[in-house]
Amino acid sequence: MQKTYNSAAEALDGVLLDGMLIAAGGFGLCGIPENLIEAILDAGTKNLTIASNNAGVDGFGLGMLLDSKQVKKMISSYVGENDEFMRQYLAGELELEFTPQGTLAERMRAGGAGIPGFYTKTGVGTVIAEGKEHKDFNGETYILEEGLVADLSIVKAWKGDAAGNLVYRKTSRNFNPNAATCGKVCVAEVEKIVPTGTLDPDLIHTPGIFVHRIFEGNHEKRIEQRTVREG
Amino acid sequence: MAWNRNQMAERAGQELRDGMYVNLGIGIPTLVSNYIPDGVDVTLQSENGMLGMGPFPTEENIDADLINAGKQTITELNRTSYFSSADSFAMIRGGKIAMAILGAMEVAENGDLANWMIPGKLVKGMGGAMDLVAGVGRVIVIMDHTNKKGETKLLKSCTLPLTGTGVVDEIITNLGVFEVVEGGLKVIEIADGVDMDEIRAKTEATLVE
Repeated sequence: MQKTYNSAAEALDGVLLDGMLIAAGGFGLCGIPENLIEAILDAGTKNLTIASNNAGVDGFGLGMLLDSKQVKKMISSYVGENDEFMRQYLAGELELEFTPQGTLAERMRAGGAGIPGFYTKTGVGTVIAEGKEHKDFNGETYILEEGLVADLSIVKAWKGDAAGNLVYRKTSRNFNPNAATCGKVCVAEVEKIVPTGTLDPDLIHTPGIFVHRIFEGNHEKRIEQRTVREG
Repeated sequence: MAWNRNQMAERAGQELRDGMYVNLGIGIPTLVSNYIPDGVDVTLQSENGMLGMGPFPTEENIDADLINAGKQTITELNRTSYFSSADSFAMIRGGKIAMAILGAMEVAENGDLANWMIPGKLVKGMGGAMDLVAGVGRVIVIMDHTNKKGETKLLKSCTLPLTGTGVVDEIITNLGVFEVVEGGLKVIEIADGVDMDEIRAKTEATLVE
C-alpha cells in the first residue's frame, strides 16, 4: 500500500470531515505539524474538536485555525500563550476541556493501545475530578479518565520512510508518538523521507503500522521563547 | 529587606540532594538551576520530554527542536535522554521524580495549591502541574508572600480553583521558609531583615510555633 504523498493537501485528501476529532502532536510550537495545520486552514474544515497540549500562538500553528473559527472545542492543558484563544473562550465562543498534560498524553497513549480508561491520582480534589468515577487503590483515591481515539491524528517527525516508520528529534518528539497511535487515520509530515532500509530498526520511535500517510514538508520551526545565556 | 528572586532561588537550591531527579517550574523555579550547591549532582527533568536539561544556548547553538517546558531554548548534556510526553508523565506519576519546585497563586495551610487559573480573568491552564503535584515525592513552592495588591498568598483555604489538595510540603517566599505541618505552617527560616511581626501581619494561614 502506497503511504507516501507529495503534499499536505494530497495527504489529507478524503480524510477531512466537518465536526471531526483531531489529535495533534507538538508542545508549544515545537514539533507541531505546521504543514498539515495550514492545509486544514486551506480546506476550511469546520466545527473541529482538537486534542493538543497547546493551541499554538496567535497567528501560527493551531492558532491559525482559531483565528479562522474552524475550531469548536479544544482538549488542552495550557493555553497561556494565545490571546485569541483566551478571548474566544471567555466570550463563550470556544469550548475547552482542560486536561492535565500527563492525563492528555496518557489518554492518547491509552486510546491508541486499546485501553478505554485508566485511573490516575492527577486532579483528585480539583474541578478536573468533578463528575468522574472515583476509586480507591491501596488507600489512595484515583479518578477514571478515558482513552482518546481520534478520527485523525496529525503529527510531525524528523525523518520517515515509505513504510511510515518515524524518527523524532530532541524535544520535538513530545506528544507526537502518542498522538500518532490514537488516530483512526494518522498523517505524518516529516522533514526528510529517507530510503526504506536506511533508518536503524532499533532506533525507530513510531513503527510504521501507526502511520497511514506520510509526506515531506517545509518547516519554519518558529521559536516561541528565544532564550540565550549571557557571555 | 526581604529576599529577592535570586535569593529565593538560592534558598531553594539548598533543598536539593545529590542524585535527585528534579522538575523545575516556569519563572523563579527555573532560576534554581543557577544555585545547585557544589558537590550536589541533580538531573533536571523537563516534562515536555527530556531528562538532563542543560543551560540556555549561545546564539550559535539555538535549536528549535530543543526547548524546555517554558518553551525556552535550552541545551543538552552528555547524560541527556529524550522521550514522549506519555513516558515523561509515567516518570512523574510513577514517583520517579524526587522533587518539584513550582510557583503558585495561593497556598493553604493544609498544603492545598492553586496555580492554574483565575475564573473569568486569567485562563492559562494547569499544564503538567496537576500531574507533578500528584506524583512527585516532595513539592516545594516558591512565590512572593503577597500578591500585587499586597494581599497574602498563604491562606487558611484557597479561594481559586485547586491544582492539588494537601500536596505542598514547603513554601519559600520573599519573607522566609515555611513547612506544611499538622495544624498549619511552621516557620523554619526568616529572610534577612524580616521579623515574625511582619510575617504574622502578612500571613492568613495558621502559623505553628
